[in-house]
Amino acid sequence: MSENISYREALRMAIREAMLEDERVFLMGEDVGHYGGAYAVSMGLLKEFGAQRIIDTPLCESAFTGAGIGAALNGMRPIVEIMTANFSLLALDQIINNAASLLHMSGGQFNVPLVIRMASGGGKQLGAQHSHSFEGWFAHIPGLKILTPATVQDAYDMLHLALADPDPVLIFENALLYNSKGALETQKKALPIGKAFQHRSGKDLSIFTYGISLFKALEAAETLSAEGIDAEVIDLRSLRPLDDEAIMASVAKTHRVLIVDEGWRSGSISAEIMARINEQAFFELDAPMRRVCTEEVPLPYSQHLEQAAIPQSEKIVDMARTLME
Amino acid sequence: MSEFTMPSLGADMESAVLMEWRVKEGEHVTKGQVIAEVETSKGVIEIEVFEEGIVEKLLIEPDTECAAGTPLAFIRSEGEKTVQEPPVEPLAETAPQEPLPSTPAEPQREVPKTKHEEVQQTQRIKASPAARKKAAEMGINLAELSDTSGGAVHLNTVQSARQKAQESVSEESSHVLEVKAEDTQPPKENSFADGMRQAIAKAMSRSNAEIPHYYLSMAINMTPALTWLEELNSELSIQERILPAALLIRAAVKALQEVPQLNGFWQENTHQLKKEINPGIAISLRKGGLITPALIDAQEMDLQKTMQALGELISRTRAGKLRSSEMTQQSITITNLGDLGVERVYGVIYPPQVAIIGFGRISDAPWAQGDTLSVRKVMHATISGDHRATDGHTGALFLDKLNQLLQNPKELL
Amino acid sequence: MYLDLNRGREFYKKMLLIRRFEERCVELYSHEKIRGFLHLYIGEEAIAVGIMQALGAEDAVLATYREHGHALARGISANKVMAELYGKAEGASRGRGGSMHIFDAKSRFYGGSAIVGANLPLAVGMALSDKMMQRKRVTVCFFGDGAVAEGEFHESINLTALWQLPVLFVCENNLYGMGTALTISHSETNLARKAAAYRVHSQQVDGMDVLKVAQAAEEAVQRIHSAGGPVFLECLSYRFRAHSMYDAELYREKAEVEEWKTKDPLVLLQKRLETMGLWEETNAQGLEDEVSQIVNEAVDFAEKGTLEPIEDLMKFVYTPKEKQ
Repeated sequence: MSENISYREALRMAIREAMLEDERVFLMGEDVGHYGGAYAVSMGLLKEFGAQRIIDTPLCESAFTGAGIGAALNGMRPIVEIMTANFSLLALDQIINNAASLLHMSGGQFNVPLVIRMASGGGKQLGAQHSHSFEGWFAHIPGLKILTPATVQDAYDMLHLALADPDPVLIFENALLYNSKGALETQKKALPIGKAFQHRSGKDLSIFTYGISLFKALEAAETLSAEGIDAEVIDLRSLRPLDDEAIMASVAKTHRVLIVDEGWRSGSISAEIMARINEQAFFELDAPMRRVCTEEVPLPYSQHLEQAAIPQSEKIVDMARTLME
Repeated sequence: MSEFTMPSLGADMESAVLMEWRVKEGEHVTKGQVIAEVETSKGVIEIEVFEEGIVEKLLIEPDTECAAGTPLAFIRSEGEKTVQEPPVEPLAETAPQEPLPSTPAEPQREVPKTKHEEVQQTQRIKASPAARKKAAEMGINLAELSDTSGGAVHLNTVQSARQKAQESVSEESSHVLEVKAEDTQPPKENSFADGMRQAIAKAMSRSNAEIPHYYLSMAINMTPALTWLEELNSELSIQERILPAALLIRAAVKALQEVPQLNGFWQENTHQLKKEINPGIAISLRKGGLITPALIDAQEMDLQKTMQALGELISRTRAGKLRSSEMTQQSITITNLGDLGVERVYGVIYPPQVAIIGFGRISDAPWAQGDTLSVRKVMHATISGDHRATDGHTGALFLDKLNQLLQNPKELL
Repeated sequence: MYLDLNRGREFYKKMLLIRRFEERCVELYSHEKIRGFLHLYIGEEAIAVGIMQALGAEDAVLATYREHGHALARGISANKVMAELYGKAEGASRGRGGSMHIFDAKSRFYGGSAIVGANLPLAVGMALSDKMMQRKRVTVCFFGDGAVAEGEFHESINLTALWQLPVLFVCENNLYGMGTALTISHSETNLARKAAAYRVHSQQVDGMDVLKVAQAAEEAVQRIHSAGGPVFLECLSYRFRAHSMYDAELYREKAEVEEWKTKDPLVLLQKRLETMGLWEETNAQGLEDEVSQIVNEAVDFAEKGTLEPIEDLMKFVYTPKEKQ
């Protein structure tokens, strides 16, 4: 049990362990080797494992993502790192037309045990082509699994879970979390893919969220608690599959729903969650469901504008108050 | 030209509130078309028109309470000329023949309202889904809560109302058998459950006072029927599967075809047999109370159709979407309390019907056949008969026939 | 170019099977037995037959959406291919794929890809893993002239050259990407030169001549095994039929089609065998009869095939638990 380890170190530790355990595992992506990873996740791994297994690729997202799929088809367990979620759009053809579809198209003959990691999310003043959150959007695709580790523990666990999975798994790492620190238990059995985790129990409202917004939601819950509002905070962890059971159980308990979503509002994962609650737990609702999403603009550079666009603890508090009226 | 009147939807219905017209003046209507919704003490019921023609005139504004038989509209048959209608007064201004329901109508319902008030009155109650669910479970009228709280009704409003009201409203049993003197407490305002309770109370008091009941019971070996049903179901899709309840109804209907004396009315000191077998199926409501809507023309249904019709009837009952014919044309009642563990049901006849069939639980029991003792699925079927109309012999014939059918379930297809 | 009776008969029979199989497909399509898109390989048979004969069982094949010929030449049974076209559970992909997505794990046939260019990155990864695990295998990737305009072609060929991966790229240049001619798609119409720009060993081959294709393929496989890096073969060819069933062929002249038909790979092989005095012994009629029987059986098999139950619709989206 490490008390104070960073999210980045936890990821690196998981990659390293996996590579030591299984010769089929390798890491491939832009600047993962000599540079040490755009966010320094793979720092030092080239030296330890060599260029055969820590592979620097040229700038060709489609080809190296597709190469990951090909290697997975051929028995390997590749980890493909895409520098920023926005760049994954260059590999969309491979992710959707191949990775997500091959098992079905082949009538169950060819599964794709591929892990794709990507840095995601706004708040770093990187402008509209390096800051977006597409995890909810990818969650639309059958055949993929979508993980959004928020905690140091999940950063570590989810990489192992993804590698153990026989099908393509996309891991969205919010770039602002790489420096965050927390406790890590490496011997514990990981909570499986598709299970949400309740970080705070409450009776008045349920806040469903994932990724970095978890911490904003927990902060908001503290503020609300001082006002006598008792919020439950649930980290969804996996956006596909969604843990319907945990969501509905919490709705049945609190009867009020607030969803915090890093993506844009229209056609978002929060909209999907609302729809499912409507379908499965309508008569548990005591107020209209609410959500805090990223404002529907390409994220601007200027700090005050960018901060105004993304979910914040204050917005969550305000929305929770509205919900409780 | 004919009058379309507020139907009498049951012996226990004396008046109802016209909620909504589904047709406009001048509109063509066909036989069986639902043309209005009325709110009775048993919930909102759609009412049908029984002839084809043109709606000549709508006589009553929505949200007016009218006694059964009050003309609501004129229907002109095609080709007939328009005629001036006589003035028709709503209920409160024509002297009612007898006192209206023990649950007094709300004051504003007694006089016709201005347009503006009507709009307010028919406004949808704003309540959260959770509040609706809770209120329905507790038999609390959301309209009252909405009046007091102004804005939307939330769960906590319902819960505090519940605390205030204590247990007078909701916990009472919804089943005929258990109608007892638990209604000694004064009825609470005009709540839905109270209205229904009063209606049941009235009908059952009348039954007990007027009808000399006889009661017969028979133990039936259900193993052959249930085994057969299981085999049948194994070949059906989940949606098509048949519940034992439907099998029992089908058996009862078939037995009634052989013993028709039990299917009918005792009215004005005469016994009237009914050709159509419309068993009223006792269905308890989640919000408390009991309704016995009819499975119309059950004699025409095979087993599959009986199952289908039963499913539809139950869901429409729970949704408050029954047709007026289903609320008025019961020719006998079937009640099944087996699910609650009851062994034998001695039902109270619903006047003017002349019998009620009861089914108890199906349980493993020792069963002697010849010299052999074995364990079988056993159920007690009962019949309560009106001794003015039939004798115990008739009831016995019925039970015997029922038993025969259940031993040869193939005949029930 | 090596040719004897056995080899002649084998090539002829394989090309004939593809030809007759697809001719029957046209008929079946007209009778609505086959639906969806149906892209015919007729005219290009020499490429699939010439390439596949150079491969071993351990090698992998990635094909295009015009892949009935590749599948049959790779040895997937006509029954399985036809049942797939019928959408039957007995089909190569259990009816989930159709004409454009034939897969077969046993022969390492990785589809049937209907996104032009999208199979090239897969070839990179398959070859990369073979290299990493030091397996002596070749990954063959088929694609058309259209794919060479895609970014994925350039990204992938760069990677294979950069990392010296064992890929045999087979470009089937039939002069048209659907209805758009090569000359209005590419600044450099010699596609082998494009590959050469990435320092890939490249060559143009007469794709109508099965012997030339076979020889080029054998040399390429040998080269890949010895030198390690990729090889690019541009097989110059022509499809005799329309792009797919619903195509009025407004983009090319009938005379052009007729001219190419004089280079029909079956006719070409026949001439060679005649020159060598082997034609009579080839017994073309006997081969016709054999092929006809195979095709008839395939249709029969497909007709008798079963449909996957609707309850199984959601299968094969994720690997089932019991297989994990």
